[in-house]
Amino acid sequence: MIGALIARDVRRAIGGAAWLPVGFFLVVATLIPFAVGPDPQLLGRIASGGLWIAALTAALLPIERLVEPDRASGVLDQLSLHGVSEEAVGAAKVSAHWLTFGPLLLVAALPSSFILGLAPEALGRTIIALTVGTPGLAALAVMVAALTAGLPRAGALAGVMLLPLAVPLLIFGAGASGDAASGALLLEAAISLLLVAAAPLVTGAAIRAART
Amino acid sequence: MKPLLRFDRVSCRRGGRLLFEDLDLQLGPGEALHLTGPNGSGKSSLIRLAAGLLRAEGGTIDRSGAAVADEHLALDRELSLNRALAFWGGNFDRAMQALDLARLASVPVRLLSTGQAKRATLARVAASSAPLWLLDEPLNGLDADGVERLEALLAAHLEKGGAVLAASHGPLGGSWSKMELGS
Repeated sequence: MIGALIARDVRRAIGGAAWLPVGFFLVVATLIPFAVGPDPQLLGRIASGGLWIAALTAALLPIERLVEPDRASGVLDQLSLHGVSEEAVGAAKVSAHWLTFGPLLLVAALPSSFILGLAPEALGRTIIALTVGTPGLAALAVMVAALTAGLPRAGALAGVMLLPLAVPLLIFGAGASGDAASGALLLEAAISLLLVAAAPLVTGAAIRAART
Repeated sequence: MKPLLRFDRVSCRRGGRLLFEDLDLQLGPGEALHLTGPNGSGKSSLIRLAAGLLRAEGGTIDRSGAAVADEHLALDRELSLNRALAFWGGNFDRAMQALDLARLASVPVRLLSTGQAKRATLARVAASSAPLWLLDEPLNGLDADGVERLEALLAAHLEKGGAVLAASHGPLGGSWSKMELGS
């Protein structure tokens, strides 16, 4: 059932709006040269930070479709009746969300880094840092989606919740993109792991709490 | 014989309001219970308690595997009906035939009418192998043919040693014991 659930969520994302966060990521990355001017040196310095801001804002877009539609249509109730624990649902949702969000974002990071004039050696570090960080971002998005499912103005609330919680990931992710010798990549990986480990538990508890 | 559903002095509170208290009920194989009562008397809550989707304020609930049909369709709207039902597994082909849905197999779920959607939720229950069926207003939206088909399905399920708990304002054919809430 878990495999079927992951396959279903992936299918729904690809058939639906999986390209939207990626398009949004590209748009935000494109806005940066317009906002700060075309000076290549300045852009090169802020490029990796710009990519991280773009990734964080892009992570917000899918939140409303991650959990709420399944709660409203009774799918979460039926999964529970079929003996799938809420924690397993949370784990499946994190996996499916990362599969349709992480790789696409990494692909979109390539043209974006070109637009921002990111130096080739920094590009490698940024891609690695994003690869390590996107599972954490996906886990965070699923947790926030479950916590806000069924609430009025959930989309805006989710933004206010997710962005502050993503700050540690942003600090170490941007650090690892900028300086390979700093050890920031290990700290980023630790935070990403923590988020991925916590996501099934938090999501499960949130799904159960939403039933009462 | 071991009951399929047993409530022992169960009380239920929703939004600070006590819906019922010290409620006992027992359903064994082949037994059917028709739940009645005015709107807001706790029929749907009782069904969700029986399904394990709500926690009781007090008392204990024992159940065996249950299948629920309520107002939630729980089928992916963009899929064809047979693919959407297939996600939940079980013998959905036979259930679709029993509810005269076979000719709608390739129709997307989002295009189903109210009555057809109701038949689809009932087919989801009929396809499952759960011995306990929990039906919340199963007659809503069904036409005369649909009611007849549902009654035949229920009779067959009871015959096989299953149990049914149904909340409904309408009359249900067959032999049902009755329970009235909020009286």
